[in-house]
Amino acid sequence: MTIVFNEENFRAPYTFRNSDQAILRFPFPFPEDRYMYSVNIEPHVKGGASAAFGATFDIDEHYVSECRDRALTLERDPLRSQVLDHMDAAQWDTLEMIMESLAADYPEHFKLTRDGDHWTWINQPLGLEQQFVFGDVATLPCPPFEYITRQAQGDYVLLDHRDDNLFMDGGTVTTQADWSLDFDLGMSFMEWHGPVPLAHQAGIFERALKFLLRLQLGAPVRRLNWTMTVNPRLDTSPETYPEWGPDRASITPENVGRKLHLRVELQTLFRLPRSNAILFCVRCYLIAFDELVRVPKWGRRMHRVLGSLPPELVEYKGITRYRQTAVQWLSQFDDGLPTSAGTHSEADRLEEQVT
Amino acid sequence: MNGPKTIPVRVAHVEPVTDDVRRFTLVPADGQHLPAYSAGSHVIVTMRGESRVWRNAYSLTTPSGVRDAYQIMVRRVSASRGGSAFMHSSVSEGTRLDISVPSNFFPLARRGGKHVMIAGGIGVTPFLSMLPELARVRARVEMHLCCRPEDADAFTDLIASRTAGGVAVYVEVAGAKERFGAMLADQPAGTHLYTCGPAGLMEGVAETARALGWPESHFHQESFGGASHGEPFVAVLAKSGREVAVTGDQSLLEALEAAGVDAPYMCRGGACGTCALEVLEGTPEHRDFFQSAAERATNCNVLPCVSRARGGRIVLNI
Repeated sequence: MTIVFNEENFRAPYTFRNSDQAILRFPFPFPEDRYMYSVNIEPHVKGGASAAFGATFDIDEHYVSECRDRALTLERDPLRSQVLDHMDAAQWDTLEMIMESLAADYPEHFKLTRDGDHWTWINQPLGLEQQFVFGDVATLPCPPFEYITRQAQGDYVLLDHRDDNLFMDGGTVTTQADWSLDFDLGMSFMEWHGPVPLAHQAGIFERALKFLLRLQLGAPVRRLNWTMTVNPRLDTSPETYPEWGPDRASITPENVGRKLHLRVELQTLFRLPRSNAILFCVRCYLIAFDELVRVPKWGRRMHRVLGSLPPELVEYKGITRYRQTAVQWLSQFDDGLPTSAGTHSEADRLEEQVT
Repeated sequence: MNGPKTIPVRVAHVEPVTDDVRRFTLVPADGQHLPAYSAGSHVIVTMRGESRVWRNAYSLTTPSGVRDAYQIMVRRVSASRGGSAFMHSSVSEGTRLDISVPSNFFPLARRGGKHVMIAGGIGVTPFLSMLPELARVRARVEMHLCCRPEDADAFTDLIASRTAGGVAVYVEVAGAKERFGAMLADQPAGTHLYTCGPAGLMEGVAETARALGWPESHFHQESFGGASHGEPFVAVLAKSGREVAVTGDQSLLEALEAAGVDAPYMCRGGACGTCALEVLEGTPEHRDFFQSAAERATNCNVLPCVSRARGGRIVLNI
């Protein structure tokens, strides 16, 4: 299947839009009309509730533009990609996993040939061809983890498994929902989840950690997380808060549909072979509200979820300022009819674009 | 359904290591690479006999970077249920087997300052993949091997080729405390202790180490996973009266699925609670981390993805 790649900006002047196909394959995160945190982990097998689950590492129409946006962010702030010294084996594990998966899932766009340790990698969408020796960093233009994550959508974090705990010992993080790799680097699982409200008391993280410590090779898992962003901006980091933070005050009843975006993270976790570390991927999907409501079930449900969200979550997800305006705007798409359980769109075509 | 993946392999080579231990070299049957793995990993080998199928776990003994072949060592256990006997009698060069993707419940603590390893007999196998990696980074290692006198030479050769530090070999029977107590008490803080071998040896070392105040985080025992495996039992489905037999090497959830029951699940790892079933009769053997201790104590619910039943029988409200 050949993908046609968009040419779009994820920073002002914003030109990001989803095609109809991208809207229909969006990984909608709400299986019910109310939302609460849970250990919503499931096996990361191909297929399932969304077409976005069809590949190991999902590539879509935004691939080329996202990679360009990452390159811009890294040029401005190299500290967005760091790996601690002891994670060398995990770097190569990651490069191998992503190259093998992309070549297998998208053979028309990526190719990997190997002759012992002599590898040739071709990335057609980005126009790259690289010959290198697996394990020899001198044969790549930059360290292996940075090299391959510059060619993948979403953020990537390396978790070292030691002392019955997981430690964030590396990452490339440029599409994050307001957290800082440089600040969190070296922290343990409980430490980096510190700020999340309510979930600790509910025992969510204790269960999740025990589960992840038993994660095995060849059996990756996934879950969905979500928040909201004003404008289709990928780089919503603490480091650049002055650039995007003020946008939160810019939502009006007239511009909600176009400017407010649901931001969903498809989080996947893979055991890495040689290092026994865990690769944690946070793949970011954006959809404008006026795109989202073209799926009637999602329009109804978004209104109900946002209207009933606990205050602690409203605060933590940074949506306080515009939440009422958004709920008000969404009410026109909620006729009170029942919605089916599960996240599936229940639609094979979209409603007309709302003006 | 998310079933376990297997890799088809062909036996390329079989060689004797001792009188009752054989080494098998396995290569991919379909020309693909085998996955790389971390030191301490094992695979589950599926052996198809005439009348039954066995699934046994064996540690991988080659250094973890090698991807064109794996090696395992199997000791023929006379009192076993037959898997190891099958490997010795019916598996030879050219035989095809299925193996699981490698799993690791016995990883190296790479940032440890020192590593002390205590192996008993065939329990030496996981250390054979660990020692080369530790040697490569010039880690401080102490290797201790308890074995029968007739096996000492063969096992010491295997170890010697993988480490510069030598190995202390013990061929007489002795208690763990008497043999290792002083050695363990002398170790510097931060030392990691690993043990693999017969139950008696492992329990003795564990008791000795704990009595010395050895921290749990620095004490590692090989357990071949099988988190949801154990004694076979019968699950009775109260609503239909159907009886589902759960074998020793499948989870209760897998048995229900194989019987055509549409049982809900999500994480399949004991963490999310989605698969919880009400227990009407019988006592669950809880292995989940979803329920609180109090909830587990009521035995009202069981999570079939990882938990099992005590006493051979359990009645579920489905």
